Amino acid sequence: MYREAAVVVQWHIRTGEYHDSITLMQTAQKVTRLPGVRDAAVVMATDANRALLQSAGLWNEELASALPTDVILVVSADSAEAAGNALSQAELFLAARPEAVACDRGTGRPVRSLRGAMRQQPQSNIAVISVAGRYAAREAWQALNQGLHVLLFSDNVSLDDEIALKKYAAAEGLLVMGPGCGTALLNGVALGFANAVRRGPVGVVAAAGTGLQEVTSLLDRIGTGITQGIGTGGRDVSESVGGITMLQGLSALQQDPNTAVIVLISKPPSDLVAKRVLGQAGESAKPTVVCFLGSSSPWQAQTNVIRAATLQEAAWFAAEAAGRSGSAARAELARDAAEQRGQALELRRQLAPGQRWLRGLFSGGTLAAEAQVMWRDLGLKVWSNAALDSRHQLRDTALCQGHCILDLGEEEFTVGRPHPMIDHDLRVRRLAQEAADPEVAVIVLDVVLGYGAHADPAAVLGPAIGRARALASESGRTLQVVTSVTGTENDPQGLERQVQALREAGAVVCGCNAAAARLSGELVLGLKPAEERG
Amino acid sequence: MGTFKQELFARPLAVINVGLHAFAESVAAQGGAVLDIEWRPPLVPHLRHTASGLDMDQANARAVRRINDGRPLLVGMGLAGETIPAFHKRLILHSGPPVTWERMCGPQRGAVMGALVYEGLAKDEDEAAQLASSGSVEFAPCHHFGAVGPMAGIISASMPVFVVRNETFGNLAFASQNEGLGRVLRYGAFGPEVYQRLRWMRETLYPTLCEAIVHLGSIGTPIDLRVMISQALHMGDECHNRNRAGTSLLLRALTPAILRTCPDQERAAQVFEFIERNDHFFLNLSMAAGKACLMPAEGIEGSTVLTVMARNGTDFGIRMAGRPERWFTAPAGIVNGLYLPGFSAEDANPDIGDSSITETAGYGGFAMASAPAIAKFVGGTPQDALETTEAMYEICCAEHQHYTIPALNFRGTPLGIDVRLVAETGILPRLNTGIAHRKPGVGMVGAGVLRAPAACFQEAFEVLRHDCSPRAE
Repeated sequence: MYREAAVVVQWHIRTGEYHDSITLMQTAQKVTRLPGVRDAAVVMATDANRALLQSAGLWNEELASALPTDVILVVSADSAEAAGNALSQAELFLAARPEAVACDRGTGRPVRSLRGAMRQQPQSNIAVISVAGRYAAREAWQALNQGLHVLLFSDNVSLDDEIALKKYAAAEGLLVMGPGCGTALLNGVALGFANAVRRGPVGVVAAAGTGLQEVTSLLDRIGTGITQGIGTGGRDVSESVGGITMLQGLSALQQDPNTAVIVLISKPPSDLVAKRVLGQAGESAKPTVVCFLGSSSPWQAQTNVIRAATLQEAAWFAAEAAGRSGSAARAELARDAAEQRGQALELRRQLAPGQRWLRGLFSGGTLAAEAQVMWRDLGLKVWSNAALDSRHQLRDTALCQGHCILDLGEEEFTVGRPHPMIDHDLRVRRLAQEAADPEVAVIVLDVVLGYGAHADPAAVLGPAIGRARALASESGRTLQVVTSVTGTENDPQGLERQVQALREAGAVVCGCNAAAARLSGELVLGLKPAEERG
Repeated sequence: MGTFKQELFARPLAVINVGLHAFAESVAAQGGAVLDIEWRPPLVPHLRHTASGLDMDQANARAVRRINDGRPLLVGMGLAGETIPAFHKRLILHSGPPVTWERMCGPQRGAVMGALVYEGLAKDEDEAAQLASSGSVEFAPCHHFGAVGPMAGIISASMPVFVVRNETFGNLAFASQNEGLGRVLRYGAFGPEVYQRLRWMRETLYPTLCEAIVHLGSIGTPIDLRVMISQALHMGDECHNRNRAGTSLLLRALTPAILRTCPDQERAAQVFEFIERNDHFFLNLSMAAGKACLMPAEGIEGSTVLTVMARNGTDFGIRMAGRPERWFTAPAGIVNGLYLPGFSAEDANPDIGDSSITETAGYGGFAMASAPAIAKFVGGTPQDALETTEAMYEICCAEHQHYTIPALNFRGTPLGIDVRLVAETGILPRLNTGIAHRKPGVGMVGAGVLRAPAACFQEAFEVLRHDCSPRAE
């Protein structure tokens, strides 16, 4: 007789203990994978997390006593033994202190404050702050008061705080990169999500994190390299912040003797900021490549200002301005585009009747924007949860419609879950979902390497791509999977190794994100529903 | 816009990481310099500006600068009634925040009774208790008169007091002479032996010391208490629960002056003996020095730094530099202590005395790392002593410029307890202290450590928060 196994739920509260969200999520993930475990949560007992537990069915009233400064561990499992084992494993994992945590030399006590850290490392010149948004401004103020530049990774910092921090910092000659700045490359050191890029003559300021990663990685691959990569955070170029950090970064690179060429990357800034930035770009003789991704407004270009429509163009124009030898940038770009058009025709022939939609599953916000720019220019109407054009805003992100691109790094996907550049679980699930749709012709993925990113994305995405293609093939379809890899050979994941593994899994791997977008866009151009074919 | 600090590009990157450990690990993997903080979320919002727009950090920086700049010199002595401004015959000063006779704890009552007998205002302790409850005696905190008193902290008109002048700012602070340990007035004891000692201290000790102190001043070498405290901290004292080094240094400095000014060799010998037998003789001077240095910070608008922590055995009270008139109080805590033979925790009165002025001024329990010999109070090992001090840095906005700790690579002691940091971190100041018997007339039963009560800091923080510009949170 079949009998459904009972579910055992066990929990534990660790009082007065704090762990960052990544550690907690990693712990939960490890525990969930243990034998006999159905679900697990390891969270700080904040109101938001309580709600998460309730919606996951892991809440019970005995957890109500936990304070926001306590850690809650909850496990549901097939047996009491499995649950107990999972809890003790979780505790072991939480108890391990990362090696990098600094301890005071005198007492061995961990350093808890910026002030204490300054005493221990007096030559410090930058603070990287990634605590929860509501605490981040306080830490940023402390860092500025210690005379430190700041990379503020944290989101959810108020606009008022951002403006106050940036104005104070600017007056002190300090940079506040962020809030929401995930990427910087300073003096050859990659901070946050960034790649191992060779040193060279190009300096970059970017209000767009994966944009900075893509352009610097391409510059590395082209052989040019960079001096500095300064992030600003996306809101910097809004009217209210006024581009304080972008102007400061631009000015710093204009004065930097090692920087010969400057690249500015942003989604379309406010008109006022665009005017200020272009005005200041014209004040220096240094060639300045400007990529306001998706901007359609015309602007007056000074002689030293070069306009780029895509991240790919930005990288090639900068390399050319920096004196790269070989054929002209525009010739390279044209050759590349022609290659993708040819390849698109070939891939199209393999499609079954009725396959016609494009689906993008992206982890990088700027990369998703670049893809949308390219598709828009091809005349495709593409829905998105982060649409360039608000008329194409996707309402229900659980289901794709028509041509569609999801930016899985947007907030609706990342509550209580690691960013898709760290954890590919969600993409793997969506990949299977889209592959099951008989009208889907091509799935486009970005794969971002570098520090901060997943240690081996191809090892997770490769098998998922293989399964997706196999699923389609069982129904007599050929599902095309087009990818590009943002990264360099010196990244911890190794560019070539990742590209090889993805190709072996059946993906088409393009040389850059723009190429992947162009290839996939050309591929679906003019495809019709099944009944209209032939 | 200020000139961009271009040296960011010129020097190797050195990162302080606050948050995700993975970011620090990446920098380390690239061979970059990185220091990863073990960050904890603050329990309350961070306050930056008062409603009138004053920057609290800047105000605190001014406050601790004034405390650091203080130079406390021992310049004289006198009877309290003739020396402390506005003193009168029926005034009794006590430790801690204001308290009525009705709410006064046992040892403080005992000391009040003893003082009234000593003053000749009552013929015995029963009559003294009646007098005290009659309303014809005025009680006031020592702190309201620029004075500090250990334990019960009783100062009456005919008790001699040391006069400490803060040379930098000109203000004066006062403290009684220390009676020694055991059955003594400040621990609430009374009786013939207590009065006999107090009389001897007034008739023999006081004139001898006073002449020597005045003599040292007259030849231009007054006793510099800042120098003496900083030396004592290097000799194993924290200048609150351990004063052996400070007392020795004081005696060494006084000896030639006493020999020159005291005509009676036997009297001089008695004075030397008394001080030599009382390891805590220096405590009252350490306290007066702290008080003298903290007073100039009072009244700095917007400052959230403490200028007073004091207990009367009933209440624990704090005062902030920005609101020097207001006491924030909470019930006095129970001391975690080591007891003299025959006594136990059941005999202990709650926390009492003005001696927590030492912690407020950046030593005492805050300099525990300097005093490994008394580490048994905080857990047993020198490591525990180090950690005690280390934790206090988290709630202080500065370090002392003159008081340093050899074991922490001569780092300045934690100075300037910031109410905001206490509220944000939940770390409460750690105090060292003696323990009095809870009944009047008995005396000392032990010594130990405790944390200041959270409630008075929470109340002070709420007042700050209420007076905070809403945007600045």
